[in-house]
Amino acid sequence: MIGGRATAGLGLGLAVAVLTGIAANAVARSHDPIVIEITIHYSHFSPESVTVPAGQPVTFVITNSDPIDHEWIVGDAATHERHRTGTEPVHDARPTEITIPAETQKRTTVTFASGGSELFICHLPGHEAYGMIGTLVITR
Amino acid sequence: MRQRRFGRFGLGLSTAVLGLFLAVTPTLACGGLIGPNGAVNLLRTTTLAGYHDGIEHYVTAFQFAGGGGAFGSITPLPGIPTSVVKGGDWTLQRLIRETSPVQEFDGFRAAAVPAASAVELMKVKIDALDLTVLKGGAADIGAWARSHGFRLPPDAPEVLDFYAARSQIFLAAAFDADAAKVRGQQLGDGTPVHITIPTANPWVPLRILALGKAASETVQADVYLLTDRAPALLPAPTGSNGIRLDHSDAASASLLTDLHSDRGMDWVPSSAWLTKVAVDGTAGELGYDLAIDASGAGRPSAVDAGFTMPGAVIPAPPPDLARLLLAIGFVGLGLVGLAMIAHARPTSGRPIGW
Repeated sequence: MIGGRATAGLGLGLAVAVLTGIAANAVARSHDPIVIEITIHYSHFSPESVTVPAGQPVTFVITNSDPIDHEWIVGDAATHERHRTGTEPVHDARPTEITIPAETQKRTTVTFASGGSELFICHLPGHEAYGMIGTLVITR
Repeated sequence: MRQRRFGRFGLGLSTAVLGLFLAVTPTLACGGLIGPNGAVNLLRTTTLAGYHDGIEHYVTAFQFAGGGGAFGSITPLPGIPTSVVKGGDWTLQRLIRETSPVQEFDGFRAAAVPAASAVELMKVKIDALDLTVLKGGAADIGAWARSHGFRLPPDAPEVLDFYAARSQIFLAAAFDADAAKVRGQQLGDGTPVHITIPTANPWVPLRILALGKAASETVQADVYLLTDRAPALLPAPTGSNGIRLDHSDAASASLLTDLHSDRGMDWVPSSAWLTKVAVDGTAGELGYDLAIDASGAGRPSAVDAGFTMPGAVIPAPPPDLARLLLAIGFVGLGLVGLAMIAHARPTSGRPIGW
């Protein structure tokens, strides 16, 4: 009898542990960054449109397959206007402004506070005009 | 049969303006567009692509229209040049006079011909130009440009792949505008360069002329071809496709004599055919090169023109359904006719009534 109770208790304990583990894993996953992969080829972003949730960290993995350097700068109109006439040779201080040297891969993690739509653009000379523009949709 | 080891040789670098790359400077590294503030610009260029005895002679002039610092260009080549030397003094001007005569031509003095040395990859300095023959793919060219402080324009990856799929030989020309000023070179002055390349058939890289330009921007260049006979061209210069045939005739004896007497031009034969192709279109139109068949066979290569890539399998055209149905119909009618004939024929053996 005692053995049966012990077995039942052990089983219950295991079940609780498993359920707790699953729940903890789910909570942890909800805080894991969402990974978005963006490829640059022939001076164009692919995909050209990305949708991410607000309030959650999003890791962008940007692969530059071109033999020339590129930038990935995401922001509002004022941000882009500043970069169109900017003088920073390399971007690596802000997670939303990344320089990706030729044939390399960069990762950056960003949490967007609010919903809306922004653009990501390469502001190296001539690149925006050539079509290096993408759209980032941030959902609430 | 001669093998086309050197590929479509580009009659060269056709236009000196080839692919323009620009010096990287901190003030230009973020935002802002290079050029509008008077950065060095290359002027419309004139180029001679001569072909005789299996040798391509490409003569062009690098000119600058203002600015300072260093800038350069990149040109795809069909093969490794045997020599890159300073070009003759009057060849290009004389060609212009031939097709656009403006005044009486003065006589020329004969000049010594420098000996050409055959090397596979080379670096040559001519006046304010640093010329380097490069072998490699798009990534190699990009890395070379970066290591030398130049930035390729955004369309370079695709354009370099376009050429590297056919030939991985490029000529990089770095022009030091400051050095040119020190040398006393004035705006519009050009440095003629003569490149000698063995090849089975010449081609002229035209797409590279549009490198770094917006699709709607105009591209202009004059390309002279001097061949043993009238060449066949692909695409045909119709005038509506960005290239125009301005001249096609037997070269005059006086022209050939004048060209022959210029420095490095003793290869010019006593008789030849002169063709002038004017590039006058938008960058978006120039998605091809100029393939030339100078052999007389009249079959310029679609690969040389960039319409197909080497080794590309040309898909068989889809069956013509109408023709197929018509053929089936004829066969069917034939069978019906045969059946009717067979049915109408008398049976074998004796006629009835015998």
